[in-house]
Amino acid sequence: MAFFAVDNLAIHFGGIKAVDGVSFQVNEGEVFTIIGPNGAGKSTIFNMISRIYDPSEGAIVFEGRELTEVPAHKVAGMGIARTFQNIELFERATVLQNLLVGRHAHRKTSLLAELLFLPSVRQQELRHREAAEKVIDFLDLQPYRNQMITNLPYGVRKNVELARALCIEPKILLLDEPASGLTVEETRDMGFWIDDIRRDFGITVIMVEHNMGLVNQVSDRVLAINNGRFLAEGTAAEVQAHPDVQKAYLGA
Amino acid sequence: MEFEPLQIIQLLLIGVSQGCFYGLIALGFVLIYKATEMINFAQGDMMMLGMFLGITVTVGMGLPFWSAIPICMLAMGIFGYLMDVLIFRRVIGQPAFVIVVLTISLGFIMRAAAGMIWGAQPLALPSPLVGNLEVGGLVITLERVAVIVGTIIVTGLLYMFFRFTRVGVAMQASSQNQLAAYYMGIPVKRIFSLIWFISAAVAALAGLLVAPIVTTVTTDIGLAVTIKAFAGAVIGGFGSLPGAILGCLIIGIVEPFAGAYLPEFKEIVAFLILFAVLVLRPQGLFAQIQRKKV
Amino acid sequence: MRVVFKTHYNQDIKLAKHSGYVFWYTGLIIAMIAAPFALNSGATDAGWLVDELSLIMIYAVAGLGLMVLTGYTGMVSLGHAAFLAIGAYTNGFLMEQGVSFLVSFFVAGALSGIIGLLLAIPTMRMTGIYLSIATIAFAVIVESIIIHWSSVTGGNRGMPINAPDLFGYELWDPVEFYFLCLVVLILIVLLVANLMRSSTGRALVALRDSEVSAQSMGINIPYYKAVAFGLSAMITGFAGALYAHKITFLSVESFNFIESVRLLLMVVVGGLGSIHGAIFGAIFIGLLPVFLSLVRDYLPAGIANAPGLEPGLFGIILMLFILFEPMGIYGRWLKIKLYFSIFPLYRKATFKRQKTYLKTERLH
Repeated sequence: MAFFAVDNLAIHFGGIKAVDGVSFQVNEGEVFTIIGPNGAGKSTIFNMISRIYDPSEGAIVFEGRELTEVPAHKVAGMGIARTFQNIELFERATVLQNLLVGRHAHRKTSLLAELLFLPSVRQQELRHREAAEKVIDFLDLQPYRNQMITNLPYGVRKNVELARALCIEPKILLLDEPASGLTVEETRDMGFWIDDIRRDFGITVIMVEHNMGLVNQVSDRVLAINNGRFLAEGTAAEVQAHPDVQKAYLGA
Repeated sequence: MEFEPLQIIQLLLIGVSQGCFYGLIALGFVLIYKATEMINFAQGDMMMLGMFLGITVTVGMGLPFWSAIPICMLAMGIFGYLMDVLIFRRVIGQPAFVIVVLTISLGFIMRAAAGMIWGAQPLALPSPLVGNLEVGGLVITLERVAVIVGTIIVTGLLYMFFRFTRVGVAMQASSQNQLAAYYMGIPVKRIFSLIWFISAAVAALAGLLVAPIVTTVTTDIGLAVTIKAFAGAVIGGFGSLPGAILGCLIIGIVEPFAGAYLPEFKEIVAFLILFAVLVLRPQGLFAQIQRKKV
Repeated sequence: MRVVFKTHYNQDIKLAKHSGYVFWYTGLIIAMIAAPFALNSGATDAGWLVDELSLIMIYAVAGLGLMVLTGYTGMVSLGHAAFLAIGAYTNGFLMEQGVSFLVSFFVAGALSGIIGLLLAIPTMRMTGIYLSIATIAFAVIVESIIIHWSSVTGGNRGMPINAPDLFGYELWDPVEFYFLCLVVLILIVLLVANLMRSSTGRALVALRDSEVSAQSMGINIPYYKAVAFGLSAMITGFAGALYAHKITFLSVESFNFIESVRLLLMVVVGGLGSIHGAIFGAIFIGLLPVFLSLVRDYLPAGIANAPGLEPGLFGIILMLFILFEPMGIYGRWLKIKLYFSIFPLYRKATFKRQKTYLKTERLH
């Protein structure tokens, strides 16, 4: 049984088929990238995996469980985390508070205990903070720990977005265009981090990306889609050499 | 309870005129919302000021009622324009909550100012529309007819304005993406002020047409009306001009019936409908607001 | 300039972040305890100030309730006076039936909280302005129920209220009532502070700033919205129960839209999103009528006697704050502290708002 599989996934918005019969499998521990022109449906696939949208057809299976039956807020608890293309951070909170929200999936305290702030709550808080600090160390976010998101530059925000997703301690990490808006140096750093994430934490990464340099640097396998439909699948080199992909997206 | 057909149609007519009145108010702030995404909680108070101005013009200066209409509409329009220039331009693009608080505060200030200028006593606005229109046993006062006719005219004019004039189209563009509208050379700020002008003028018209029906004008008239007109606009689908009219007609029609048959519910029937609509079809009858795209 | 050197996570988690906090807040509590005795000592004619302080504390509790919903969770309620009313009338009714204050107080808060929870259900998918209008509608409906259910509420005649009783001892003395309010305020402040430093508090703030990513972090949106409404309503209900004893006679006009706006004014002027904000706002609201009555004699008759002068003044102040100091009194206080702490390096641009442009979220 595959670690993570999408089977014949489709979604219709009115008359438009944003995603039309896409299937793929992801193996544990690999970096799987989805490429394609704008509007191909890549983010829509992510939105369906995160259960923000309901697919019209098809199935998403993760570790034997059918995701389309799971409510949106339980996805994090199952071990799937995501970042957003346009950065959906909590603007009026600090970096640390954002990361602590990321720990919510591991919440073990009840409302009443929290209102009274029992010792068990304090213990859990300490544990959450330790975990958040580990992620901060990993992504070198120490100088920004107590700053409001509104004051941070774009590159740092992208890192915080990634950090917040990592706080979920996911098994699968969905990265939506992690390199968009980043400089060459930042993109290279992002590549190293994705590698570290896969190697040190054993997290499977599913990525949507336009930056072919990054795609080549980190991907194990690549899927190309266009107009919501499957185009090609294989290693990065194979897909980029594929004539259909070149015609639709890359240019010869 | 009797269900005489004549009585029902009678109530229906009253309801339609009441709904048209709410609709005129709702038109005013849906206009502002469509253009600037601002919610104007002071719409009813603008109507109130229009009424008081009307009293000053007719009773104080002795001018005829029909001349009071364009004078008050112009005066309130300028007032609305100035409010935008002085206050609302500073807060474009800020979250809706800021605007709500701002317009509520303005409403308070307007009420206090009106109380200072015109005193605490209720005043009356005399109207030349004395008498009734009688059709086949149905009686409707001319004043109510005027409200209905006025609403139809205003709705028609506004529809054509937005659909067919350059300024109207520019207004829609400015509300959808202000930065892009600037790039297209649209004088966004002036257009927004123009919207406020129109909206305030419509409020003044509504006030003048309704003043004779409510017979006395006090400073608190605006508040209850604003809330009901809001309910109507939400029921019809906020952001939709025909929706606002439709929603207000629904409220306007149901209220007199509630008053006749279930008097305890008359005041709240509008809000019960509002709740029902918000729960069953949150976008209202003409959907405008949809989910944010991520 | 104080530099806090952190060596343990507990320093972040603690309520009193460093010794300065401990010093000032202990001082404040001591001052609050000593106040009624000092004010009544006969040296000054300030006994009425004890009553004022009680009212301010009650407003502060109500403000904290609204703060949880509006300041922290971002759901603007324009009908919160309804929860004040529910708390007040429930408490009054139960005490009329002979129930002891200790019980009726909690029942008032609990009932208010439950109704808040119930209100959360239809408003679950509403956002922004829709939600605010729904709260107005809710408040109007509650007002109507109060008027028509006269067997319980006294309808338009109103309901007289006696003094609260603790274990049979009736608290008629304003100083005793003051201490009752003080105890309730301190407990509610601790409750809200605990809430905001825990996972639930963070979840509420997440709801305010980005619902969609909150959901992706595992936050169950309907559940937390209900929690926000329920807690907010409960706290305001507690305030209402005390409020009943303060005003000693309940009439439905005490809980109208203007009152709801007064509560909102309080949290906005005080500073959204902080406990201090609710307290500062309450002080402001409590002192405003006092200030007005002092100044009234100096105003020309036309202005002084106008109906709606007080709301008019509210309006002006609220408008000035929202235009020029959206962070409220507490925000201004923080800026002043920052100014002194990093003097002379303070720059006005630290807090300058970015120019915002309008981009609609509607999709035609």
